[in-house]
Amino acid sequence: MSKLKLATVWLDGCSGCHMSFLDMDERLLELAEIVDVVYSPLVDTKKFPDEVDITLVEGAVASVDDEKKIRKIRDHSKTLVAMGDCAITGNVPSMRNPIGPEAILDRAYIQNASAQAQIPCVVVPKLLRVVRPIHEFVKVDVFLPGCPPSADTFHTALTALINGGPLDIPALTRFGA
Amino acid sequence: MSQVESDVKTLVIDEQEVSAQAGQTILEVALENEIKIPTLCHLEGLSDVGACRLCLVEIKGNSKLLPACVTVVQEGMEVSTNSERLQKHRRTILELLFAERNHICSVCVSNGHCELQTLGQEQGLTHVRLPYRNPELGVDASHERFTVDHNRCILCTRCVRVCAEIEGAHVWDVMGRGINSVVITDLHEEWGKSTCTRCGKCVQVCPTGALFDKSKIGSDHPKYPDFLPYLNLMREAQ
Repeated sequence: MSKLKLATVWLDGCSGCHMSFLDMDERLLELAEIVDVVYSPLVDTKKFPDEVDITLVEGAVASVDDEKKIRKIRDHSKTLVAMGDCAITGNVPSMRNPIGPEAILDRAYIQNASAQAQIPCVVVPKLLRVVRPIHEFVKVDVFLPGCPPSADTFHTALTALINGGPLDIPALTRFGA
Repeated sequence: MSQVESDVKTLVIDEQEVSAQAGQTILEVALENEIKIPTLCHLEGLSDVGACRLCLVEIKGNSKLLPACVTVVQEGMEVSTNSERLQKHRRTILELLFAERNHICSVCVSNGHCELQTLGQEQGLTHVRLPYRNPELGVDASHERFTVDHNRCILCTRCVRVCAEIEGAHVWDVMGRGINSVVITDLHEEWGKSTCTRCGKCVQVCPTGALFDKSKIGSDHPKYPDFLPYLNLMREAQ
């Protein structure tokens, strides 16, 4: 039997969910026997593959680039998992929403700059007016809240998703867990 | 009908026959019989206002849903507390509460001790289907001991009631209407300049991280509202 294709994606988040994923420790070896990590900040692939079985998405949609990415990811993923509070609620990145991107950029790149104060406008993607959870853009199949979801939560949820078993998420985790 | 008969009511809650005193609410009778109805604005020791609507129940023959905390039992009532319809409504109410203001659990002083967060988990909430409103709301840290963060307030009015009914100060109240409502101290004075007695009861009864003690660090902020029924009992005994 060929291995399941697993992808992980990092949008506007702190990478804490990926760190917690890695906290599965020796259980990652068992996981590696049944899945191939085909795309992830943890591997070197540059292009999102055409067909992925399970994609875990960390982070909220905060820029035009995030929005483009999440739509492409959805089109090429059988099961899309919103991983962690940023992907599900906007969480910390969304704290800029009441303030607006102009004030935030001004604070970061003008007021607090010690040299060459300027707001970056090339290469870096344009910020959206408000940071939104991914399910406001695409259909999400599984929501795994937590900041970050624990390694045990990852292990239990992934095992259930891979084997098609029952999965009671509120019994495992919650917002802010 | 004799006096004794009219004082005792018999009703059915979730197919369980229960008896109650006349004047008791459905919530009181349910709790006595270990039938759990989710609540948020209700707190033992305070008057009930039916603000949060989480305790809505179905009553046979009535097409309206009624809040159990302020609905008095009647003879022969048939109450259902946990139908699929009610579960759906409760989840929606919680989603509305989460979407209305800025509840960022991960960085909240009440993370892990919050009644809203716990209820969300108990009612099976894994995400909020409604768009977040992200209102711009203030934080008043002018008081030497306590802070009010309006981003986390769900307008349950427990603070208003405990201050008026138990402390007798009535410093807290609600200003504005509908979605623009906010809790205020005195006539919208800064909390630090208000007539607050610094008793801290409002902080202890607040179900979320809206009111908190400045001396607490991070999310290490459990609240202890259980002093209320005890205090009431001691006062009655005097």
